[in-house]
Amino acid sequence: MSAPTYDLGKLHGGLRLQAHKSAATAEPIKKLPIPAQLVLPITQHVGDPSQPIVGIGERVLKGQLIAESDGTLGAPVHASSSGKVVAIEPWPVSRRLGDNAPCIVIECDGEDCAIEALENPPGFATLSPDELLTRILQGGIVGLGGAVFPTAQKLMQAVTCELEYLILNGVECEPYISCDDVLMREYAQEVLGGAQILMHALQLEKCYIAVESDKPEAIRQLGEQMAELEDDRIVLKLVPTIYPSGGEDQLVQLVTNLEVPTGGLPTDVGCLVQNVGTATAIYAWIVNNQPLLSRVTTVTGDGVAQPMNVEARIGTTVADIVEFAGGYTDRAQQLIIGGPMTGKSVTTDRVPLVKATNCILVLSEAPSIGDEMPCIRCGDCAAVCPIQLLPQQLFWYACADNEEKMRLHGLVDCIECGCCDLVCPSHIPLTADFRTAKARIHEQAIEKARAERARARFEARNERLENEQRTRDDELAQQKEAAKQSGPAAIAEILKRKQEQQDED
Amino acid sequence: MTAVVTIAIIALLTGLALSYAKRSLPAKASSLIEQVNKLLPQTQCAQCGYPGCRPYAAAIVDQDIGINLCPPGGDETMRRLAALLGRETSPLAEQAIEPMIAVIDESRCIGCTHCRNACPVDAIVGAHQLMHTIIEAECTGCELCIAPCPVDCISLRSVA
Repeated sequence: MSAPTYDLGKLHGGLRLQAHKSAATAEPIKKLPIPAQLVLPITQHVGDPSQPIVGIGERVLKGQLIAESDGTLGAPVHASSSGKVVAIEPWPVSRRLGDNAPCIVIECDGEDCAIEALENPPGFATLSPDELLTRILQGGIVGLGGAVFPTAQKLMQAVTCELEYLILNGVECEPYISCDDVLMREYAQEVLGGAQILMHALQLEKCYIAVESDKPEAIRQLGEQMAELEDDRIVLKLVPTIYPSGGEDQLVQLVTNLEVPTGGLPTDVGCLVQNVGTATAIYAWIVNNQPLLSRVTTVTGDGVAQPMNVEARIGTTVADIVEFAGGYTDRAQQLIIGGPMTGKSVTTDRVPLVKATNCILVLSEAPSIGDEMPCIRCGDCAAVCPIQLLPQQLFWYACADNEEKMRLHGLVDCIECGCCDLVCPSHIPLTADFRTAKARIHEQAIEKARAERARARFEARNERLENEQRTRDDELAQQKEAAKQSGPAAIAEILKRKQEQQDED
Repeated sequence: MTAVVTIAIIALLTGLALSYAKRSLPAKASSLIEQVNKLLPQTQCAQCGYPGCRPYAAAIVDQDIGINLCPPGGDETMRRLAALLGRETSPLAEQAIEPMIAVIDESRCIGCTHCRNACPVDAIVGAHQLMHTIIEAECTGCELCIAPCPVDCISLRSVA
């Protein structure tokens, strides 16, 4: 780890971290053979859960839709090889919340029979932007940078805004992860093709492909392909190798020098950011009719015998992937899904590779944190915070449970990059504290909204009851009044009738 | 010497003016009641002895009633009220209760509408001689529907 950097023109703070990437990038991407079993979580995206549409015992084909999304925000799941559905049950997965999630388990038959696809898919240029978006929705494509936001919905939101730039994110700033690097080296043509499709779908005329300056091979490959393609709308941009320059908002700021407003999206400043892996997946789906069935992932760390990048089918278990990479070394201690800064440590290697898994990291020891000491308010954390928050102040309020102040100090804008943790001389787990505080604030907001609704309903009910009572009182008063007025006459009438009757008798 | 006397006189006059203003001008009580009401959990359960959260808020502000009478709000609410009103914190009069929601055993419901009429937030749907049910999203777990039920088919369950 190096000292905090102040030499950036446009991005505040950040850190130059030791990359640890060369071990995995020495060799080209290796294709993982079809595993014996595939475990496909039915929800691999942000948003509403998908619903399984296959039954246990059913034979499924490669590329067949097995779970579809019915909500407004979701992505379908496809079978990544042919075989038989043997179970739909909770299975350990790597997620922030909860350890088990419903998964469809497929026993592969090894034949890899693909479902009959469209003959000769229409060229994307002949499709209208709307048709293209609908088609992307069906491909089960989500943001492969790690956020797994359904791509189609992101694009649909984006077309409603005034856009200027498409930015392809090839900035892999987190240590150890190199899947986008090798992807750009070997699939440069697909990346550029994806960019063209996206530009057509969004009717954009400018595209930046942002790559970190420490990826010369990827830059060379992209450059060669661009020279061949001769599309002058696409421009390659080099960004400095500083963590976390690959964060969506940070990248927008680096590339365009526009700051995404708090609580806003890059579309607010006319930018749409997509990961290079997502662009490749879109190309594969639109041009080659291949839904999102596999992804490139990095298997690395000093706990793996042969660190490498593999292209594995979605649903392959981490155990299978690590075995392919030569298995664990004797020193393997900790398994992390994702990078060392933002990843999640898991306790079992039965978890499957999902659309979000960009790295499988096996370390010989947990990154040493040291004993937590009191905050000395040195301000190092504020110097490295890429969004210019004041972590020491936020920590102060987090200790005091002062949610209001934390909100005022911009807690919701924290991207949980972990820079403040790394520089803290007192080893305070700031990011973890902020994450808990965020969850608590969210909970309180829900509670507050609920109380507000209850209050409104209570008041509405009281008003209604009062109205009813008033109407009843008014009616009663009217009847009494009427009786009083017509009373004497009516009595006289009745008496008269009685008199007549008696007379008749 | 003159300076000291002048300052003393100014201070005296200002003090008198302020104390007069404090006594004669009415404080903005209604807005304070609203603030207190905002801190209360809005279950409308009447366990404080007042028919709803706003009446309790009014009682706290106008009649100096204790701030420790709200079991659904628990310690947290009491502490927030203490901070807002500048009062001493005090232990809760009754034990705090977990957030709950009511559930109607629909097979036993006889459709008497008693619970529906008791619900302070209109979270029960049903008609005379027809099965009743609770709108879960709107139920505050106030327990007011439990006592009126002639067949005891309503129970509370924890939200979690």
